[in-house]
Amino acid sequence: MDFLTPTTWADALAAKAEQPDAVPVSGGTDVMVEINFDRRRPPALLDLTRVPDLREWTHDDDGRVRLGAGVTYARIITELGRTLPGLAMAARTVGSPQIRHRGTVGGNLGAASPAGDSHPALLAADAVVEVASVRGTRQVPVAEFYTGVKRNALAPDELIAAVLLAPATGPQQFCKIGTRNAMVISVSAFGLALHPGRRAVGTGIGSAAPTPRPADEAAAFLAGELDAAGLWESRGPLPEGLAAEFGHRVRAAAAPIDDVRGTAAYRLHTLSVMARRAATWAWDEHRGADARRAA
Amino acid sequence: MTTTETSTRTSGGIGESPLRPDGRLKVTGRFAYSSDLWHEDMVWGVTLRSPHPHARIVAIDTTAALAVPGVDAVLTAADVPGRNATGLEHQDTPALADEVVRYEGEPVALVAADHPETARRAAARIVVTYEELPALTDPRRALDEDAPQVHAQGNLVREMHIRRGDPEPTAPVVVSLEFEVGMQDQAFLGPESGLAIPDGEGGLDLHVATQWLHVDQQQIQGVLGLGPEQVRLHLAGVGGAFGGREDLSMHVHASLLALHTGRPVKMSYSREESFFGHVHRHPAWLRYEFGADHDGRLRYASADILFDGGAYASSTGAVVGNGGTLGLGPYAIPNVRVDARGVYTNNPPCGAMRGFGCVQAAFAHEALMDELADRLGMDRVAIRALNGMREGDRNITGQVIDSAAPVAELIGIVRDLPLPAPRAEVDLRELPGGVSNTTHGEGVVRGVGYAVTYKNVGFSEGFDDYSTARVRLELTGGEPVATVHTAAAEVGQGLITVEQQICRTELGVERVVVHPKDTTVGSGGSTSASRQTYVTGGAVKAACEAVRTTVLARATELLGRTGLHLDGDKVVSATGEVVAGLAEVLADGGVEETVEWRHRPTHPIDPETGQGDAHVQYAFSAHRAVVDVDVELGLVKVVALDTAQDVGKAINPDAVVGQIHGGSAQGMGLALMEEIVVTDGHVRNPSFTDYLIPTILDMPPMQVEVLEYADPHAPYGVRGVGEPPTISSGPAVAAAVRAATGKALRRVPLRPEAITGV
Repeated sequence: MDFLTPTTWADALAAKAEQPDAVPVSGGTDVMVEINFDRRRPPALLDLTRVPDLREWTHDDDGRVRLGAGVTYARIITELGRTLPGLAMAARTVGSPQIRHRGTVGGNLGAASPAGDSHPALLAADAVVEVASVRGTRQVPVAEFYTGVKRNALAPDELIAAVLLAPATGPQQFCKIGTRNAMVISVSAFGLALHPGRRAVGTGIGSAAPTPRPADEAAAFLAGELDAAGLWESRGPLPEGLAAEFGHRVRAAAAPIDDVRGTAAYRLHTLSVMARRAATWAWDEHRGADARRAA
Repeated sequence: MTTTETSTRTSGGIGESPLRPDGRLKVTGRFAYSSDLWHEDMVWGVTLRSPHPHARIVAIDTTAALAVPGVDAVLTAADVPGRNATGLEHQDTPALADEVVRYEGEPVALVAADHPETARRAAARIVVTYEELPALTDPRRALDEDAPQVHAQGNLVREMHIRRGDPEPTAPVVVSLEFEVGMQDQAFLGPESGLAIPDGEGGLDLHVATQWLHVDQQQIQGVLGLGPEQVRLHLAGVGGAFGGREDLSMHVHASLLALHTGRPVKMSYSREESFFGHVHRHPAWLRYEFGADHDGRLRYASADILFDGGAYASSTGAVVGNGGTLGLGPYAIPNVRVDARGVYTNNPPCGAMRGFGCVQAAFAHEALMDELADRLGMDRVAIRALNGMREGDRNITGQVIDSAAPVAELIGIVRDLPLPAPRAEVDLRELPGGVSNTTHGEGVVRGVGYAVTYKNVGFSEGFDDYSTARVRLELTGGEPVATVHTAAAEVGQGLITVEQQICRTELGVERVVVHPKDTTVGSGGSTSASRQTYVTGGAVKAACEAVRTTVLARATELLGRTGLHLDGDKVVSATGEVVAGLAEVLADGGVEETVEWRHRPTHPIDPETGQGDAHVQYAFSAHRAVVDVDVELGLVKVVALDTAQDVGKAINPDAVVGQIHGGSAQGMGLALMEEIVVTDGHVRNPSFTDYLIPTILDMPPMQVEVLEYADPHAPYGVRGVGEPPTISSGPAVAAAVRAATGKALRRVPLRPEAITGV
């Protein structure tokens, strides 16, 4: 097995172009498990930890956070907790402290597992994945990035450069079901973001379909109901039953299976509950922000 | 110089908690476990395992594997020089499968190569032609006439019948239930590993992590066709055991490869292989009925208990023995019927695990005791106190409980311990789901549950249960130093420290060297059944006493005085006068004594009535669990798990509490999350990703009340400690979840699906 060690982004892209079957590795929390279990023996590993650009986050010209693919979950929690609250909440549920100090959002996207913890938060926040190759750079909306079970939209010569996320303009929530209280792979997960500026709701479902996916119909429903009642402006309480109905619609967007971690029925049930609770918490926070501003 | 002293106390003796020698090394990551063993000339062994739960081996072609550069040997059953059979109770387990495989993961062939990766690749090139056979995977069908036969002698491993009192009892209040317990794994952190080193003369030295060196030695020599002096075992660093190292794993395989290649062979399982490499706790199906008077006093109890033993017997017979004789819990019951069975299936083999047959039963009898209390409108603690055994009672096999049986006191203590405060503000870490942020208090209901248990200590039913200790007292650098040598395995519980403490107390010396554990001294018996502090502790104490007697005899001769005794490191006259130092008496050479020590004999039970004095000692504990359940999502946070246990005498109080903490966590794990999921004979979750054990965010801090009612029949009054906490904690947690949800919940682990009813 070759071990490629580029030290610049240009070299990394060149290496990937030259050897498209090289598997990129950053934190190694997923790739190395596969290799140790002998489930995967790629002809080459492309080590991205020596490329400094990937390990930084900056603001782009549009004011978005440009999160380098190699930024760890631990840094997202400590440095971006206020800017990207949904992603930070998801990051807190990833593995153990050791894993959070190694694992990266770029790796989560590269693996594209339906159970990856960051996906529901990225979907809810309308994140954009910046991918690059020697041919150039393109931006892929995250909802289009997941193409199948553990498959993504990358061409063989492409690498994930960064994730672009607008700073939160409203409350965000992330919830995840696991059968123990820490260090657990999700049985189901849900991400929610309120975007009051554009009167929109963002959603993301994890571990309950072949890919992470948004619950667009549910999101449009909730945003529309809030709009129709003038609640975005008035910040009045949620109408009775609205959060529950939102939960039902989120549930309807999922297509889970039975597996050793949980049944499909339980996954559907929990999505409904999580979506209802997350919507309630987010709206309460939205209202509270107004109350604080008034005071 | 002559002085008089009333008493010298040696520090670090029994009743204190001296630091254990392995403690600092373990927490700093420097302790050498068996997987760290290394030899300059070693090669690596790997195992090829069956993918099928039941199949005939038609042919094995090793040609391609042998052709891989770097491969030293490929072995199959045809290469076994001795008898291809191992096993703790029945020699029914081939070292390598011969003609038939009976479970997924059964070892079929071995490869030795210069690198583990090379060995694995070569193993993948072994071509085994299987003809699949119908698999028996539902133990409830094992005794049906048309069930597939796992072994020629039939599918019954053992059945036990206990009959006591009125054969057709009646009672005004009758409750019954059915309960099911899933397959728990020991989940020790150090995978199976060891190093076999051939001696060039046809024998070998095997360094291995295990629980009983001598019973391993017996089995290995049989397979190798060697004498006991040719197979020498040495205990390597053990990373946890919990019963999972009682059966052989890689021991015999590394030995076979070492003899065949003439080179040292190391084997070390991966985590995934470990799930296939050792036995698990028996899943169980239990049907119970209690009949009681209106005041709550039990009139009768009946139980049918079925254990799935899997493909080979392992300890299934003894587990049936425990499940039967102890399966109704620590209650005084005049009329009893128990039928317990263990059967063969094509599921993974099951055997010893902490709590050994009592764990499964306790979930059933404690759930039914709650049911009875509720039916009668009685308090759940009061009904246990009312029916709890007392010293002098007879248990269900007719044996008199001849030392403390403080059931009522223990359950009363846990009831009266302070309860956790109600949740004040939202801290996700304190809520079900933790930082996964599934509730801020919505749907969360608190429940409290209680459970009591009793467990036999030591081996039972007439087994010749002994331990051997060799103690040497000599001068080193002018100071008296004791060396204690036993073959009793230290598996993390702290036995080495206990051996040192006993020597200090008995011989008055500060410095005690613990000789490495090996088979050059007699058997120490198994490190299981909560028995080592009792039995090996007893042997060390007796060996120290023998040394003392010899020392005093020598002092008598040397000094020409009689009536001498040892006080600390002084020889003291009958009048209390110090007449010599220990060093003076030892100046002419050391004193060494070896003692084989037995506890009181136990007896087989009557095969028809199940009556008899089956056990040597009983240990009692009680737990109170407080849980917060998110009843909408089925997630549980154990808020408190408090316990009281009678340990007879705490030889090392810190270690006692450590055992109680660990045992309680393991029992809670079975109640809430730990299960090997087996479908059609295939294990679906052989990893720590999907076999979940509790983390620090699942286990609350504990209040532990330790009672010390000395057992007059045991050395220092000790009572086994390690297992009771594992037995009573799980049922208390399950009871608390039932209390919070109002659901019956008759299967553990309690899956979120079951708690929510989705």
